[in-house]
Amino acid sequence: MSDIPSILEQRFADAILAQQATRDEIPTLWIKPASIREVLQYLKYQIEQPYRMLYDLTAIDEQARTHREGQPDSRFTVVYVLFSFERNAFLRLKIPLTDEQPVAPSVTSVWPSANWYEREVYDMFGIRFDGHPDLRRILMPRTWKGHPLQKCHPARATEMGPFQLPPEKQHEEEEALRFRPEDWGLKPEEVDPEHFMFLNLGPQHPGTHGVLRLVLELDGEEIVRIIPDIGFHHRGAEKMGERQSWHTYIPYTDRVEYLGGVMNNFPYVMAVEKLAGIEVPDRVKVIRIMMSELFRISSHLVWYGTFAQDLGMMTPVFLMFNDRERIFDIVAAICGDRMHPNWFRIGGVVQDLPKGWDKLIKDFLDYMPGRLKEYDKMVMRNSLFKRRTIGIGIYDTDEAIEWGVTGPGLRATGLEWDFRKKQPYSGYDQFEFDVPIGKNGDCYDRAVVRVEEIWQSLRIIRQCVENMPSGPYKADHPLTTPPLKEYTMQDIETLINHFLGVTWGPVIPPGEAMVGVEATKGHNSYYLISDGNTTSYRTRIRTPSFAHMQFVPIISRGYTIPDLLAILGSVDYVLSDVDR
Amino acid sequence: MSETWIHIIMVVLILLVLLTIAAGLIYVERRMLAVWQDRYGPNRTGPFGLLQVLADMVKIFFKEDWIPPFADKKVFVIAPTIVMMAVLMSFAVIPFTPGIGVVDLNIGVLFFLAMSSMGAYSVVLAGWASNNKYSLLGGIRGSAQMISYEVFMGLSLMGVVILAGSFNLRDIVEAQRKIWFFIPQIVGFVIFFLAGLAETHRLPFDIPEAESELIAGYHSEYSGMKFGMFFVGEYLGITLISALVTTLYFGGWLGPHFLPPIVWFLIKMFAFILLFILIRATLPRPRYDQLMSLGWKVLLPLALLNLLVTGAVVLYWHL
Repeated sequence: MSDIPSILEQRFADAILAQQATRDEIPTLWIKPASIREVLQYLKYQIEQPYRMLYDLTAIDEQARTHREGQPDSRFTVVYVLFSFERNAFLRLKIPLTDEQPVAPSVTSVWPSANWYEREVYDMFGIRFDGHPDLRRILMPRTWKGHPLQKCHPARATEMGPFQLPPEKQHEEEEALRFRPEDWGLKPEEVDPEHFMFLNLGPQHPGTHGVLRLVLELDGEEIVRIIPDIGFHHRGAEKMGERQSWHTYIPYTDRVEYLGGVMNNFPYVMAVEKLAGIEVPDRVKVIRIMMSELFRISSHLVWYGTFAQDLGMMTPVFLMFNDRERIFDIVAAICGDRMHPNWFRIGGVVQDLPKGWDKLIKDFLDYMPGRLKEYDKMVMRNSLFKRRTIGIGIYDTDEAIEWGVTGPGLRATGLEWDFRKKQPYSGYDQFEFDVPIGKNGDCYDRAVVRVEEIWQSLRIIRQCVENMPSGPYKADHPLTTPPLKEYTMQDIETLINHFLGVTWGPVIPPGEAMVGVEATKGHNSYYLISDGNTTSYRTRIRTPSFAHMQFVPIISRGYTIPDLLAILGSVDYVLSDVDR
Repeated sequence: MSETWIHIIMVVLILLVLLTIAAGLIYVERRMLAVWQDRYGPNRTGPFGLLQVLADMVKIFFKEDWIPPFADKKVFVIAPTIVMMAVLMSFAVIPFTPGIGVVDLNIGVLFFLAMSSMGAYSVVLAGWASNNKYSLLGGIRGSAQMISYEVFMGLSLMGVVILAGSFNLRDIVEAQRKIWFFIPQIVGFVIFFLAGLAETHRLPFDIPEAESELIAGYHSEYSGMKFGMFFVGEYLGITLISALVTTLYFGGWLGPHFLPPIVWFLIKMFAFILLFILIRATLPRPRYDQLMSLGWKVLLPLALLNLLVTGAVVLYWHL
């Protein structure tokens, strides 16, 4: 079997403009905009071992980029990232758009899941998609002027003039949030106010776990349609990536999926390391895995408690938050902070592990299993709980792949797919753990998978404690930030590197790299483009919750409001992860 | 004349004691939940946080008595009073001891059932009058729930009535001198207790409120003392159901002589109140269609069967 670029080269000889080499070695092809739909169609349906998942769809504003050697002329580039489970491989396609008012063909006819991604690209870059069913802003308020990720758009509030909210503007903003079905993608003939009621669930609602607004169209309590409104938690994390130095962006990543803590640092620093060509020492790898798995447990405990809470159970959430406190005590002892420790560094971690760290973790490892068994009796084996979750919110593997679902939500459908196993990073292949799977893809199976993942994380952490390698906690590389200080007073070379790394921040060589991890909610990746500068040229954060949120209306149709809350809980999204 | 005065004083005393118990339960519940949930609960106001109730009451009385402009004002005001009144009226028939009680009614059980049906109006009317979609859904759920538990609630009590041969609660207590009715009427007891949970809208049957779904449902729009009435009404309801379970199935004031009758009554009643709280801390909430199908498909036939068997046994052995 020949590699994918040559297959495409043969079949679509006229459509392919160029092939681009990237640091992450994901095959990257430039396609003529007019042919993209056809190429995607071919890749999804006709090719052997097809690319069935539209993993990501984003864009790049190329106007300020200097290092574009070998790439076709482009003003805006739309990037499609596909994933094939059969090949276990990503594929990146790019289309160049040269107009100032760019228009690209919509691929929603090939992948319905492209809907939200194209809306996001339109919102952020102003690229219009020809053939999109409902092209309107998704993250920014409707009243927003401009498209934030264009290079000409200011990045700081101070560049935008003082903020004012006169009564007219306030009125306009409030009106923009009013639900008029025709402004929200519904056709007049679809709306039937005589029979159906619209109910605003959120943005302030105890069951949505954050600022999410779902407009429900109800027949009694039965859900006819859900129209989600997201973006309330949008903080412009991708735009900040273009403003902060490579090093000072790390704390922002902590907050992208705010329950995951250092798990968010993980793909970011690995992507930067890939661009910089840094190979990290073994001790760093194991420390990173250990801390990430602690955070996986912590995040799953929050999910466990709040899921039970959504179904009306009062007690579990308090007990589980207490256990989470124990994890935070360990995290605070090691990192100095709790939820957002900002602990990974380019080329290593901040500090070596403190004295006595292993005792803390071992105590926790001995304590946790008893609690989990108790929770199993209290929650998972409770017959009322089962009745509320079994057979609710079902989807199968094909649907999950179609809509870009990753993580526990995908495994609950019976597909054993964990990126820690399939594309091991940071030495996960050295660890023994199982990948729990479900069978029916309902709320209960998603819960079973997550609970089992807590057990597996405990297993991984124990292996980390027992086999922690000795050695440095940072790579000996000039771009490591901040660099190891031991040699700075001994030779001029490291002194200068240290000085630059601490003052400017590192200058990362030009290139593109995408690195993902199996995060708590699914596959989370950072696609970084360096233009040979102290900041990133483009930071694309592909978060699992965005795809999952788009999928919620489809799996909730026909259920009732209580079921919707069960589904929302079982999907386990975090609004900051949806909106970034 | 003096007898009338004694009676009036008794009524006022019972009312005051009941309201104090209901308010005190707020504290008891919060502390007990805290114990079961590994946390402290209110412990800052006064010794052991005992004054928390007082603080809550002061706060709730001084809150703005707000009626949303879009609400149906009259109904909105009346709704919370109904629940309080219905529950308090029910207490009239409860014999705390042979000497303590408001009225000795020979249709006591029926009176209670009538009053408990009245209580459901409170939920439905509050949900309707609030003119809020969540409240409306809560009100609808409240009426659906009422339809599903009222029927088997009444039927489950009939076994006791057959055994005692009377609707009078005093007679029912007296009839338990030999054996407390929860033994022959274990099925009826369980069914009545479940119905009682639904009646008081407590977890797991707090379906019309369902905080995580309907944001407090029928009383979303209520604040201040009107909300307080729903709140105290709920605790009065718990007290009422516990008192009734005590009276109907656990021999009321009966007990060994080393303690006075009223103490026996209170001990049993508080045991059931604690059970209510423990259940709230433990169980998730079913969907309301699940409650309805449980009611109509399982509990109603069971209650009927229980009635039939009890009747047959009583007839056959001429008990």
